[in-house]
Amino acid sequence: MVDRVESTKKYLLQGNEAIVEGALAAGCKFYAGYPITPSSEIAEEMSRRLPQIGGTFIQMEDELASMGAIIGASLAGTKAMTATSGPGFSLMQENLGYACMTEVPVVVVNVMRGGPSTGMPTSPAQSDVMQARWGTHGDHAIIVMAVSSVSDSYEITVHAFNMSEKYRVPVVLLSDEIVGHTREVITLPPNKPIEVFNRIKPSVPPEWYEPYEDNSRGVPPMAAIGTGYRHHVTGLMHDSKGFPCFRPDVVKAFHKRMIRKLANGASDIQMTKGYMLDDAEVAIITFGAVSRSAIRAVKMARARGIKAGFLQLVTLFPFPKIAVDSVLRQCRAVLVPEMNMGQIVREVRAVNHTATLKQLNRFDGLMITPDQIFEKLLNM
Amino acid sequence: MEKERYEMRFGGAGGQGVITAAVILAEAAGVYDGFNVCQTQSYGPQSRGGNSKAELVISRKEIDYPKVIKMDCFLAMNQTALDDYFYDFETNGLLVVDSTFVSQTPTSRAISLPFTAMARELGKEIVANIVAIGAVAKLCGKISLESVEKAVLARVPAKFRELNQQALIMGIKAAEQIDISKLPTSIALEDVYGDATG
Repeated sequence: MVDRVESTKKYLLQGNEAIVEGALAAGCKFYAGYPITPSSEIAEEMSRRLPQIGGTFIQMEDELASMGAIIGASLAGTKAMTATSGPGFSLMQENLGYACMTEVPVVVVNVMRGGPSTGMPTSPAQSDVMQARWGTHGDHAIIVMAVSSVSDSYEITVHAFNMSEKYRVPVVLLSDEIVGHTREVITLPPNKPIEVFNRIKPSVPPEWYEPYEDNSRGVPPMAAIGTGYRHHVTGLMHDSKGFPCFRPDVVKAFHKRMIRKLANGASDIQMTKGYMLDDAEVAIITFGAVSRSAIRAVKMARARGIKAGFLQLVTLFPFPKIAVDSVLRQCRAVLVPEMNMGQIVREVRAVNHTATLKQLNRFDGLMITPDQIFEKLLNM
Repeated sequence: MEKERYEMRFGGAGGQGVITAAVILAEAAGVYDGFNVCQTQSYGPQSRGGNSKAELVISRKEIDYPKVIKMDCFLAMNQTALDDYFYDFETNGLLVVDSTFVSQTPTSRAISLPFTAMARELGKEIVANIVAIGAVAKLCGKISLESVEKAVLARVPAKFRELNQQALIMGIKAAEQIDISKLPTSIALEDVYGDATG
C-alpha cells in the first residue's frame, strides 16, 4: 500500500495499484467507477488515495453512469478516469462514443477477463482488443494501449493521460487479470522526473472562443465549463461552435480532423518496444502479459542459435504500422501469440499481406507459456 | 551452477492464507532483500472454499515470465492443493506440507509439519500460514529471516503483532529441527546426461 509519496521508496505493488499511482502522478483528481473483478483494486486504491490528495472518488450505480461522471468531470477541467472489466466495458460503450464525439480527454482502464458476457471473472484473456477499438458505434478516433508489467502499468498510465490531454481523445488502457494481479517491486516516485501534459486552454477572450475550431494541430483548446467560456457540448454532429450541424462540408471536415490530429501525433502516440530485433530472422509480435512469455521464448531460441526477436505493441490503436512493417520486412516469419482467437493478428496482416505470419492462440483462461512460443519458433 | 530463478508455489483451501503467505515472502525478498520478485495467484470466483494457489518467482535478474516454470519449493496446506498443484515439481525440490490436513504425500522427499495444529496451540488457527512461512523461509534459505519478520509485522495490525511474531518463530524453530541434507534424493537426470536446460 502506498501512502502520500514524498521520498523515494520501494513498494511491492499489484499492476492494478501501479495504474492508480500512475494516474495520480499524471494529475488524475477524479475517479468514478463500479467495482468488478479483476479491476476492483483500482477502485479500492482510488477510494483511499484520492481523498489524501484532495481528489474525488465516487462509487457509481453502474458503468453507464461511471462513464458519464468522468466525462462531466473532465469537461469541468479535471483529469478523470474509470476502470472496469469486460461486462462493464460493454456498458461503457455508449458514453465512450460520446467522449469521442465531444473530444473529452478521459482514461478508461479495462482489466480483461475471459468473455463473452460475465465469462470467467478470475481468469485472464486478451479478447477485448477489437472492442476497445470498435466497441462504440460510428467512425471515431480513439487510442488503445496495453500494459505488460507493474512498472509499465505505472509508466503507460502516465502516458495514457498525457496522450488523452494532448489530443483531446479518450484513451482505453488494456490490462489483464495476470498483469493486474501480479505483484512486483516498484520504486515510487520514480528516480527520474516524468513528463506530465495538460490540455491547452483557450488564450482568446470568451467572446471569441469556438470550442471546436480547427487549428494547425487539429486539437481545439479546451475551456473548462464554469470559467466564463461558452462551451456547448452535444453528441450530435456539431460545427465549430459546438451546436448541432449536419452540413456535409462540416461533417466531412470533422471526421478528417479526427484522423489528422492523431496522425500528426503518431510519433508520440504509437509506442512500441523492441527486444533483440537488430539481427532477428524470426520475430514475435504481441502485447500485454504475453510479452513476458515472448521475451523468455526469445532467450530460449537464442540459446539454441535461432536469431529471434520481439516487438511489443504498447499502443494497439492507432496501429503502429511503421514499426510492424519494418519487422515484417526484416524477418522471414513472424509469430503473433495472443490470449484470444486471433484479433491483433488481423491488424498485423493488414500491414503486409505477403509476410509469413503464424498464429498462436490460447483461449482457455490460462497464460501462453514461453515453451509454447519457443516450440513455434523452432518451426519457423 | 545456481539457477537464475527460484520458484515457489503455495497451495491450500481458500481462507488458509496462502496468498497472504506469498505476498509476505514477496515483500521480504523484493522490498527488504533487494531481489526481483513476481508474485501471482489464481483463485476461483468464490471468497471462501475452493482451492487457491499463489506463486512467487525470486531472481537476481529481471524476471520475464511471471509464473512458475519448474517449481523449486511447494508449500501445500491441504491434500487437494497438494494433489492438484504438485505436477511441475523440480527434481530434489523442497516440498513442505501441513500434516494437519495432508495425509499422503506423493514422495518420501517431503517435510511434514502440523502448521495448523501448531497455530491452535497459540490459540488462533488463522496464523497457520505465518507458522508455515517461518518454516519455509528457514528451509529454503533464500530469504533472510529478519526480512520475513519485518514483512510479517508490516502487514498485521498492531494488536496481533505479538501473536504473529510467536507464530513465525514457532515455524522457524520447527524447521531448525530438520536437516534437509538427510532427506532422500532422487536420481537427477541432469547428473546422468549433463545439464540440458542450462
